[in-house]
Amino acid sequence: MTAYSALLRKDLRVELRTLRSLPAMALFAITAFVIFRFGLDRERLSGELAAGVLIPTLLFAALLAINRLFVAEREEGGFDLIRLAPVDRTVLFAAKASALVVYLVVLELVAVPIFALFFLDSASGLLPLALVLLLANVGLAATGTVISTIATMSSARDLLAPLILLPLLVPLVVAAAGAGEHLLAEGGPDYGRFGTWLGLLGLYDLIFLLVGYATFDFLLDD
Amino acid sequence: MIPLLALESAERYVAGAYLVFLLLLLIYVAIMAAKLSRIQRELGSLAELAERPTAPRSDHDVGQIHEREHEIETVRQGER
Amino acid sequence: MADALKSITLRRLAVGTVVVLGAGYVLAFFAAPEDADQGFIQKIFYLHVPLATVALCGWIVAAIHAIRHLRTGDPKHDARSYVSIHISVIFGLAVLLTGAIWAKGSWGVWWEWKEPTLVSFLIVFLLYATYYPLRYAIEDRDRQARYASVFAITAGAFVPLNFLAVRLAEPLIHPRTFSSTGGLPDSMLWPFLVCMAGMALLWATLVWFELDSKAASGNLKRIRRALEATA
Repeated sequence: MTAYSALLRKDLRVELRTLRSLPAMALFAITAFVIFRFGLDRERLSGELAAGVLIPTLLFAALLAINRLFVAEREEGGFDLIRLAPVDRTVLFAAKASALVVYLVVLELVAVPIFALFFLDSASGLLPLALVLLLANVGLAATGTVISTIATMSSARDLLAPLILLPLLVPLVVAAAGAGEHLLAEGGPDYGRFGTWLGLLGLYDLIFLLVGYATFDFLLDD
Repeated sequence: MIPLLALESAERYVAGAYLVFLLLLLIYVAIMAAKLSRIQRELGSLAELAERPTAPRSDHDVGQIHEREHEIETVRQGER
Repeated sequence: MADALKSITLRRLAVGTVVVLGAGYVLAFFAAPEDADQGFIQKIFYLHVPLATVALCGWIVAAIHAIRHLRTGDPKHDARSYVSIHISVIFGLAVLLTGAIWAKGSWGVWWEWKEPTLVSFLIVFLLYATYYPLRYAIEDRDRQARYASVFAITAGAFVPLNFLAVRLAEPLIHPRTFSSTGGLPDSMLWPFLVCMAGMALLWATLVWFELDSKAASGNLKRIRRALEATA
């Protein structure tokens, strides 16, 4: 078993056994949808409004997940344990980011169907949307892992991570919401600028995976 | 009429923008000036610290002589 | 000896800034023609756009210093990175304020979400604003410098990406841009370039100035420590 898979399994197994974050994240998303239902006084959403409700909700739920995955680990000393182990730092980065992607995928598997149930007329845009969300998850995981590692080693960890992450994730949100707007359009998915948005997502993922890969060593270099 | 009014306010906006820039620059200069005076003060106090006798004196009288010398010097400077 | 050389460079930079920036604005107001579409208010262009460009480049420069810092561990690169970000943030504030004034003068509103440069700049500015709480929250000086460098690199990679994203997000109906530098007539282009050069010199002067001041404070601390040890 490689170090990567060992680390990844550890994170996932812990979550599965204790089910700490995933139910809370899912509940958060569902509650947010209910609030939007009443706040907007709408039962049916499409196009940019639908994307505007779905993507930010997923984003905030993801911030909760990041908080759980890193801050909790830090507080329980698990982080220190791993830092002392002779594991290549890049592997640690890959494992943490992958765990985060898995969390987000599971969250979306719950939240998106419920969103569709609440607000959508047809589910035809959902499959391509899954691709968009997957790409967004990877980008989120890359930046999220780097920034929350920085934040957990600081004194203001709860506040710092979302504070830095939100502006950093704007291109991701723009691309995901842009794509979502097309896919959830009134009369069914419209692939007009879909390629552009996918391109932007892919570029974002590439750049920040590279940045994370190159700099993660220096974060744990004590 | 409208172009005339527009011209007046346009000039004001342009002036405003350049003024904001200058103000920020001046505020920066003021902050740096404050830092400089802090550095000057620190430099002064360090000079005093450096001129004080540094070797430890076990002989109390020798210390007193040096203090007296310093007092005489200060008075002399005051008389100049 | 190195300090003497450095102070000569600062003086030269400062003089150069005054000369070039002064020339730039003389040209902008007396040589460049008035814009046919926007009228006199377009003159803010010679202030706002150079400020923005230099600020953004400054942040990229900071990322380069940060890379050097991580590779060598030399704290002087960290200092350069920090000061580059700091001065660019100040320039960034000027960008947002002048941009708001321009928007008010052009369209009657203090902010315009359809102006892609302003919006993308705001996001980058907000990101770099978090640099200060980040540094403040980490006490160990070595770790603080390292983490700040990682941030500077991440943020530096973010700048072009963000610009692209916001550009793409504009509706296909023509966005309200102040103006683009492409298609600028020569009579406006040259004053603009001179202003740009002047702003870059101003940035460099302020960075040098700030670094000098920091170095001086640092040296004073060393002297104090040394003196208090032997006293």
